[in-house]
Amino acid sequence: MTRIDSPAELEKLRESILSIRDPNKPCITLCSGSACHASASREVAASIEEELARLGLSAEVDLRKTGCHGFCERGPIIVIHPEKICYFQIKPEDVPEIISRTIKDKEVIERLLYTDPATNEKIIHESEIPFYKHQERIVFGSNGAIDPKSIDDYLAIGGYSALAKVLFRMSAGQVLEEVKKSGLRGRGGGGFPTGRKWEESRNAPGEIKYVIVNADEGDPGAYMDRSLLEGNPHSILEGLSIGAYAIGSNEGYIYVRQEYPLAVDNVMTAIRKAEEYGFLGKNILGSGFDFTVKVHRGAGAFVCGESSALMTALEGRAGEPRPKYIHTAVKGLWDRPSVLNNVETWANVPLIINKGAEWFAGFGTGKSKGTKIFSLVGKINHTGLVEVPMGTTLKDIVYKIGGGIPGGKKFKAVQTGGPSGGCIPEELLDLQVGFDELTGAGSMMGSGGMIIMDEDTCMVDVARYFLEFLTDESCGKCVPCREGIRQMLKILTNLTRGKGKEGDIELLERLSEVAGSAALCALGRSAPNPFLSTLKYFRDEYEAHIRQKRCPALCCKELIAYHIDPDKCRACMNCLRKCPSEAISGGKDLIHVIDQDKCTKCGTCFEVCPARFGAVGKISGEPVPSPIPEEARIIVRKSKQK
Amino acid sequence: MSEILLQIDGKEAAAREGMTILEAAQKAGIAIPTLCHHEKLEPYGGCRLCTVEVEAAGRSKLVAACLYPVEKDLVVRTRSEKVDRIRKMILELLLAHAPDAFELQDLAKEYGADRDLFEKEASFCIHCGLCVRYCAEVKKKNAVGFVDRGTRREISFVPGIASKECWKCKQCFPLCPTEALQAAYVLTDALISAPPAKPESEE
Repeated sequence: MTRIDSPAELEKLRESILSIRDPNKPCITLCSGSACHASASREVAASIEEELARLGLSAEVDLRKTGCHGFCERGPIIVIHPEKICYFQIKPEDVPEIISRTIKDKEVIERLLYTDPATNEKIIHESEIPFYKHQERIVFGSNGAIDPKSIDDYLAIGGYSALAKVLFRMSAGQVLEEVKKSGLRGRGGGGFPTGRKWEESRNAPGEIKYVIVNADEGDPGAYMDRSLLEGNPHSILEGLSIGAYAIGSNEGYIYVRQEYPLAVDNVMTAIRKAEEYGFLGKNILGSGFDFTVKVHRGAGAFVCGESSALMTALEGRAGEPRPKYIHTAVKGLWDRPSVLNNVETWANVPLIINKGAEWFAGFGTGKSKGTKIFSLVGKINHTGLVEVPMGTTLKDIVYKIGGGIPGGKKFKAVQTGGPSGGCIPEELLDLQVGFDELTGAGSMMGSGGMIIMDEDTCMVDVARYFLEFLTDESCGKCVPCREGIRQMLKILTNLTRGKGKEGDIELLERLSEVAGSAALCALGRSAPNPFLSTLKYFRDEYEAHIRQKRCPALCCKELIAYHIDPDKCRACMNCLRKCPSEAISGGKDLIHVIDQDKCTKCGTCFEVCPARFGAVGKISGEPVPSPIPEEARIIVRKSKQK
Repeated sequence: MSEILLQIDGKEAAAREGMTILEAAQKAGIAIPTLCHHEKLEPYGGCRLCTVEVEAAGRSKLVAACLYPVEKDLVVRTRSEKVDRIRKMILELLLAHAPDAFELQDLAKEYGADRDLFEKEASFCIHCGLCVRYCAEVKKKNAVGFVDRGTRREISFVPGIASKECWKCKQCFPLCPTEALQAAYVLTDALISAPPAKPESEE
């Protein structure tokens, strides 16, 4: 690889890359992110390579192993270019047929296409599938087009042109102004205006300054940063370099979770290749600007996603938050001005530089500009990563993109913002997603986790779950968090076990006030949110748990009982055979009865009872009907009466 | 250094730039309760008992007095309904661990804290970190440290260092607001002075 020493040379390189690429050459792109690896995309790749080699087609057909395409529910996904035929849930055995029919004979294989559940129509192209159609994938879209290990792929889609633009055609101040004008706000949690943070660092005294990528993504169910880092690492490096230039920094760090091996691997490869071309290192593109990037692997503490804890950990000490009355932008890593932005924030920067602040601000609402990637998980038909303009309603995300709730269940709430976020109920589904909108509803944007909950979810248990997570992840330094949320967890656990008492809600509120206003860092201060938001919208559930020892969602094990309706039971023996604790008595032609003393409430009987009988039910807050007398349990079948 | 004028509890107070609210208040003769603060040590901000209300740029917020740097025209309230409520709860939370610590009992009386609000889990240590930080910052020995995190966090002597350094020092003992530190040391001491493999008489 030759070093590129000027913007002209960069453009020449780009032309030479594009000139040897034939847009009409068949190319199979295969999603190879972590999620698809789990569903055997590596095996699919191997089988494609093997099959192409067997048929002597290796030179005529390209295989591109890309990052995550987003529709993880249906992975592994392949897209066949130039026709852009999209196949889902590919198994290695499908490969020979795909190559012989689609690649060679240009035929579409119906059974591998996406079927729209609403219309039963088969859809050929990605862009027409409802999951993708309603998205605006300005940041995430490139994932499907490039092999993250190939810098040439990134250059082919215009990569590093934004860096060349700032280094040769913009002053640092102009870059700053452009980012400020775009209205970009931090995608990692607080939504602090990015341009203002950069300006603060730029104006802070000190020769040495740092730029840092926060890739310590730890929210349960959230993986957009992982997918970006895995799928398009150069876009983050380019954004980071631009930020460094704007604030006058020559050193950058990527703080990434150790648990993201593919992301670490891809970003390390990207750094090496960028250094070889001279996009990182000394005298970048011949501009005189020096910038190096190092990768630091996090040891696995959720709190290290908090800026001051992250910086403490980067310094090699235990990751504990520091008081931040002086912003880390002024006094951060080794007490020097440090700009820390989330992966997605950095990935937005090259777009803003290339396409302009006005273009960027054209997406979004009042104070939230651009798009946001959400990780849509939980009780939702289309699990995956979705990128939508700020201001899209929750309803559109859940129903138009997410395809609604599986199993004909009713939507109950969406939990946004990670463990410290909150639950938003059905009546607020018309809410437009944005930083201030979500905060106003008692939740927050966070890094973009969206967990969909259906009617079977107990909101008290949800609050308990998140408090348990936070208690586990609290660093333990300050009293309001270490002791406060621990007591909150104890009370919530008691509630879900039928040990709640009058006054518990008020005590939880007092504890929430203390943690919320006096804790040292954002983890502790936002820790009461899961409780406060569920209390705000689902207070009746708390009261039912306390006063009637009843779980309205029939979810809390210790508050429910399973019962077989003698009028519905057809003595099919299904539940009786499968009960792991042998709690069900009965027999052939004998109505089944659950021995409540033996029942462990595992729910197996409920699940295996055939839907046409629907005899097993859950009861909460009322006594279980006493079993019918043994002599009444005999079922006389019509067929046998004859 | 330039002088900064601020207002604490309605009184004009003069402070030097770089001072914290706690230092400025002490200088003005206004007491703010603390548990993890020590003048020889870097401010820590762990116990949050020194939480006070400040008003800056028209906005009121709660901050830790031991850390918050003084600003010109800052309005500080060291006692308010909200501040007292928070201190009371902090004490109640700590009393679950060290119900008989004198320092906590005195403060509990002042703030009306209920010693029995929470179920007792007597670990004695309230994680003020005075011993850990004193040993690291003043003595530069790091003989005692925190292990684990969150609710599992506890203080522990490092036997290898403690066996050499602690017997002749023990300066951290009087710093401990509860009895936890001494207990931890006694335990470590018992471990490190366990009978040697060979009886001493044979040496």
